[in-house]
Amino acid sequence: MTVTTDTTAATKVYDAPGAPGSVVTLKPRYDNFIGGHWVPPAKGQYMVDLSPANAQEFCQVARSTAEDVELALDAAHAAKTAWGETSLTERARVLNRIADAIEANLEMLAVAETWDNGKPVRETLAADIPLSADHFRYFAAEVRALEGSTTEIDKDTVAYHFHEPLGVVGQIIPFNFPLLMAAWKLAPALAGGNCTVIKPASSTPWSILKLAEVIADVVPPGVINIVTGPGAEIGKALATNRRISKIAFTGETVTGRLIMQYAAENIIPSTTELGGKSPNIFFADVMAQDDEFLDKAVEGLVLYAFNKGEVCTCPSRALIQESIYDEFMARCLDRIGRIKQGNPLDISTQMGPQNSKQQLEKIMSYVDIGRQEGAECLIGGERPTLGGEFGDGYFYQPTVFKGTNDMRIFQEEIFGPVLAVTTFRDEAEALRIANDTLYGLGAGVWTRDGNRAYRMGRAIQAGRVWTNCYHVYPAGAAFGGYKMSGVGRELYKETLTEHYTQTKNLLVSYSSAPQGLF
Amino acid sequence: MGDHQTVAKVMATPAAVDAVADLRAQHGPVIFYQSGGCCGGSLPMCFEEGDFRIGDNDVLLGFVGGAPFYIDPRQYERWQHTQLIVDLAEGEPEGFSLSPADGCYFVTRSRVFSSEELNDLGITNS
Repeated sequence: MTVTTDTTAATKVYDAPGAPGSVVTLKPRYDNFIGGHWVPPAKGQYMVDLSPANAQEFCQVARSTAEDVELALDAAHAAKTAWGETSLTERARVLNRIADAIEANLEMLAVAETWDNGKPVRETLAADIPLSADHFRYFAAEVRALEGSTTEIDKDTVAYHFHEPLGVVGQIIPFNFPLLMAAWKLAPALAGGNCTVIKPASSTPWSILKLAEVIADVVPPGVINIVTGPGAEIGKALATNRRISKIAFTGETVTGRLIMQYAAENIIPSTTELGGKSPNIFFADVMAQDDEFLDKAVEGLVLYAFNKGEVCTCPSRALIQESIYDEFMARCLDRIGRIKQGNPLDISTQMGPQNSKQQLEKIMSYVDIGRQEGAECLIGGERPTLGGEFGDGYFYQPTVFKGTNDMRIFQEEIFGPVLAVTTFRDEAEALRIANDTLYGLGAGVWTRDGNRAYRMGRAIQAGRVWTNCYHVYPAGAAFGGYKMSGVGRELYKETLTEHYTQTKNLLVSYSSAPQGLF
Repeated sequence: MGDHQTVAKVMATPAAVDAVADLRAQHGPVIFYQSGGCCGGSLPMCFEEGDFRIGDNDVLLGFVGGAPFYIDPRQYERWQHTQLIVDLAEGEPEGFSLSPADGCYFVTRSRVFSSEELNDLGITNS
């Protein structure tokens, strides 16, 4: 199923989950999903889940403890041998059935995701949910066609290489794309023959439970186990646990470092994706013609507001060649000024609320720092006054600061709709500014000159350089960080073979002759 | 970074100092490490001493309610022109950080140093 932005849909407003007529059913309370069952938390505690759109509680989820992590690991270990021995045909079939279930419930999951996270439903309908389904299909296809290798060491000696499962893996996902990040982690884990215990973020624990409702029948019990609760309690209990064979994490640097530390203590592999401060570079030639490409480049800058800036690869530093700065920026500011904020369940809304009060607090703190540092606020810089039922929602205006790359607003991921803009004179200066950052996750290069695009793309120290595009996340294109942005790659074929399987070598002699050593 | 510096690189609000005292009573000694990057990046993460391994390269910025406050040296280079002020705010902590009080978490607020303060601190590149 594909979602198009047809004109009839442009006026649609979805009802909030649980409201009469909503496509999403809502229970007052959700338990953990363990061993294919809904299991109440051992200590009977629950925590409130708010919608950031109105700051109101809409349900409660398990506030789990270490005991619940152990229950989930019991279930995963009980399932791991059978799942690990499941044929590639059958594993691929399960992944494809998950994709089918996601597509069959596209609207329901999109609305649930929007209500839990705050992102506009036009994004969840067109991106988050379809990409999640496709991600399972990508790894279904890869695992169905997965081959080991053989090496003829000599005439009578053969090395066989098999991709064997790791066993049970722990996965901790962030709040910004709750379902898509779940798909990024679950699909390669399952394809590799592993069982998983996955912890969603504390502020977005619910949509993955709605996903569990629709895939419970197609996934063998114990293969996927979902435990909700605070990171300090269950994230740590999972990451330090001796019964996991790998830990995967997406989030900030200190937790990333702890994850690697815990992995070192247990001598297991880890993968971490820790964010960035991605430069988006616009060379003067984008304005050589007033055409569709220029329009695309303007949109490319405005993409910093995509998902209200809560993206690890948010293009939150715009580097614009000084000769076009005034005219190019004027076009961008005009576009930014027309961004529609409001009810995220309204299909015409372009920017929803920030995910939490904490995120809003952080944005306001950085706007304050930007002003103290002497950056010039070109647009935004405060909370919008929406009033009505969304008056208490965590909304922030799309904001642009002009400044210099040594300012903190240029150096730290604000994780909000705050763009830091600066200018450069030539290609060398653009490259120097682009690489003058601790991080290296994403980058964007916009130019009509293919040779320059290639030079820049190769010289920027980042794991992904979008060239004449931005914020596209197809399965099949490697995603991961250089520098402090983490270790490992997701979204492409080696995610399965490098990060979710281990290589077994059988070194076999077909000769009867003794080696003759003793 | 002379011995006679008079300007604190990190300080704490009274609410944060009280929260550190409470945490110490509950957990024993605690430490702070300034986070960066995605999601809950920019928050000061609080751990029981010994849980988060402090490395040889980490920078000790100062003390918050008696608890040491560290930052990554690469991050410090880019943050050194600002004073960090640890405060409390309403909400759950991010990552594996300890919860200082029910429904609260630590935040880092910042103040840009004056040029006199930067001189006192021996910081010249801002």
